[in-house]
Amino acid sequence: MKKYILDFIIEDNQHLSDIYSLLILKPATGDTLPEIHPGQFVQISIDDSKTTFLRRPISINYVDRNNNSMWLLVRKAGEGTSHLTAMPIGSVINIILPLGNSFSIPENQSDRILLIGGGVGVAPMLYWGSYLKEHGYNPEFLLGARSAKDILELEYFQNIGTVHISTEDGSLGEKGLVTSHSILKDRISMIYCCGPAPMMKAVAKVANTIGAGCEVSLENMMACGLGACLCCVENTVKGNVCVCTEGPVFNINQLTWQI
Amino acid sequence: MANLAVNIGNLSLKNPVLTASGTFGYGEEFSDFIDLNRLGGFIIKGTTINHREGNPYPRMIETPSGMLNAVGLQNKGVDYFINNIYPRIKDVDSNVIVNVSGATVDDYIAVCEKLAPLDKINAIEVNISCPNVKQGGMAFGTTCDGAAQVAKAVRQAFPKTVIIKLSPNVTDITEIARAVEAEGADAVSLINTLLGMSIDIERQRPHLSTITGGLSGPAVRPVAVRMVWQVSHAVKIPVIGLGGIMNGLDAIEFILAGACAIQVGTANFIDPSVTMKIIDYMDDYCNRHGINDINEIVGLI
Ligand SMILES: Cc1cc2nc3c(=O)[nH]c(=O)nc-3n(C[C@H](O)[C@H](O)[C@H](O)COP(=O)(O)OP(=O)(O)OC[C@H]3O[C@@H](n4cnc5c(N)ncnc54)[C@H](O)[C@@H]3O)c2cc1C
Ligand SMILES: Cc1cc2nc3c(=O)[nH]c(=O)nc-3n(C[C@H](O)[C@H](O)[C@H](O)COP(=O)(O)O)c2cc1C
Ligand code: FES
Repeated sequence: MKKYILDFIIEDNQHLSDIYSLLILKPATGDTLPEIHPGQFVQISIDDSKTTFLRRPISINYVDRNNNSMWLLVRKAGEGTSHLTAMPIGSVINIILPLGNSFSIPENQSDRILLIGGGVGVAPMLYWGSYLKEHGYNPEFLLGARSAKDILELEYFQNIGTVHISTEDGSLGEKGLVTSHSILKDRISMIYCCGPAPMMKAVAKVANTIGAGCEVSLENMMACGLGACLCCVENTVKGNVCVCTEGPVFNINQLTWQI
Repeated sequence: MANLAVNIGNLSLKNPVLTASGTFGYGEEFSDFIDLNRLGGFIIKGTTINHREGNPYPRMIETPSGMLNAVGLQNKGVDYFINNIYPRIKDVDSNVIVNVSGATVDDYIAVCEKLAPLDKINAIEVNISCPNVKQGGMAFGTTCDGAAQVAKAVRQAFPKTVIIKLSPNVTDITEIARAVEAEGADAVSLINTLLGMSIDIERQRPHLSTITGGLSGPAVRPVAVRMVWQVSHAVKIPVIGLGGIMNGLDAIEFILAGACAIQVGTANFIDPSVTMKIIDYMDDYCNRHGINDINEIVGLI
C-alpha cells in the first residue's frame, strides 16, 4: 500500500476525560484520505513539544469517509501524547500513513466474533468493528477499563453491536478484568484484542483454552514505523520481525509468548 | 544550477547526499516518499556472512535530541541479499553501497568476495565500529592494529571503492584514520554511533536489553563535526561526514568541516523525504553564495 506524508488539520479535539482525547483530523491540503485498512496506524510528528524527537505511533480509531476525516484516540502517556491531547482545534500536524498490516477477515459471517479493547486499546476496534458490520458480520465488543469513566466511545460501539463491559472497580458492567467476563464462557470463534501487553497475554491464554482463534495488536517501541530501523521487533516463530510492517496485528500462533 | 557532483575514490556521486547504513533499510522502504534516483547513493543495512537475529527487544529508546539503538546487526546474511534484494534494487540510477560487518577478519573477506562480482556494487562501507556486537566489531575499530588488519584484508578482497567507517568511541580518531589510509582505504566515513546508556528509574533497570547502545541524532552532531574536521586534516583520502544531520544547513556544516559527501541517518525516521530537501538546499546555498562547484567549499575551515 502506498504511504503518504500529509499535513492534517485538527477539526475537533474532544477531551473524553482528563487523560483521553479524541482527535478528528482532515487532510489540510484538501486531499481525499488514502485507503486505510482496520488495524493500521499513523506516525505523528509532535513539533510543538521540545523534548519529543521521534514521531509517535497512534492507531487509526475510525475513518469517516463521508466527512473525509480520520479519528485518533490518544491517552496521555508522557510528553508527546500530552502535547497531542492538548492541541487546539485548527492546528496542523504532520502524519505518515497508512502503516502496518490489518486484522484478518473471520472465516464465516455466522462466526461469533469478539473484539476486546483494554483502555486506549479500544482505538482500532471501532474502525474494525464498523468494517465487519458493513461486511455482514456481527461483531460484539468487550471493553475493559479501571473504572466507568475510562470506558471510551461507548455509544459508538453500541451503534455497531452488543457491548460487554468489565471494570476493575465494578462501576460499570461486570467487576474484574476482561478475562474473567462471563461472555468468555460462551462459544466464541474469533477474538481480536488490543490493550496493555499483560492483558493481551491473558486474553491469548483464554482464547487457547476456549479454542477460539485470536489476533492481537502490539504496541512495541518504534522509531521509523517504515521497516527501516529494525527497532520494533517482536520475537515470532519466524524469528525477530518488525511490528511496524509485519504487524501490528499478529495471530497468537505466530508469537512466542509463554501462554 | 551549481555542480554538486563529487568523487569518492573511483566512485562518482551526482551529489554529496548518501543515506546512512541501518537507517534506510534497502532503500525500497522510502520509495513512496522520494525518488531514489536523485540520491548520490544509498548505503544499505549492515550485512554479515551469516544470518543474524540481532539483539532482543527492547532495542531503542529516545534520548534528548536523539536515540539509543541496540539493533545488533539483524540481517539475513550476504547470500540472501545477493539472491533476493540485489535483483530488486540493481537498476536504480544511483550508487548502491553495501555496509559490511563481521566478527572476524575472515568474515569481512568472505562478504567482500561475494559482493565483488556484483556490477551495481561499486563500493562497500566497512563497519569496524558497531558497538553492539560483543566480539569483533568494537575491537577492530578501537585500535590502530585492528583497524589496519581489516582495512588490509578488505582492500585485497574488494577491488572497487573501499570506505572504512570509523568509530567515535576512541581517544584519537585521527590515528585510526591514518592507519586505514596506510592500508589503502579509498575513503573514511564518520561517525558511527557514540556508545551511550539510559536507565528507566521507575523500574530501576536499563532501557535497552543490552544495557548500552549507540547514540545517534542531533545530540551527536557537534562531536561528529569536530571529528570530521580533525580527520580531514589528518588524511588525504576523502572524508564522508555524518552524525545528526537533520537538514541542509547541517549538511553544509559538515562539508565546510572537510566532508566531501555526507550521510543522512536518524533524520530519515522523522522525515522520510529529508534527503530530497537536503539536495535542494545545497543547490540553493551554492547559488546564494555564488559557488559554482560544491567541491570549492569542501574543508573551507
Ligand atoms: C502500533 C501502535 C499503536 C498505538 N496506538 C495508540 C493509540 O491509538 N492511542 C494511544 O494513546 N497510544 C497508542 N500507542 C502508544 C503510543 O505510541 C505511546 O503512548 C506514545 O508513543 C508515548 O509517547 P510520549 O511522548 O507521550 O511518552 P514517553 O514519555 O516518550 O513514553 C511513555 C511510554 O510510552 C511508550 N512509548 C514511548 N515512545 C514510544 C514509541 N516511539 N513507540 C511506541 N511506544 C512508545 C513507552 O512505553 C513509554 O514508556 C500506540 C503504539 C503503537 C506502537
Ligand atoms: C537504528 C540504527 C541502525 C544502525 N545500523 C548500522 C549498521 O548496520 N551499520 C553501520 O555502520 N551503522 C549503523 N548505524 C549508524 C548510522 O549509520 C550512523 O552512523 C549514525 O546513526 C550516526 O548518524 P545519524 O546521527 O545521522 O543517525 C545505525 C544507526 C541506527 C540509528
Ligand atoms: S519502527 Fe523502524 S522498523 Fe519498525
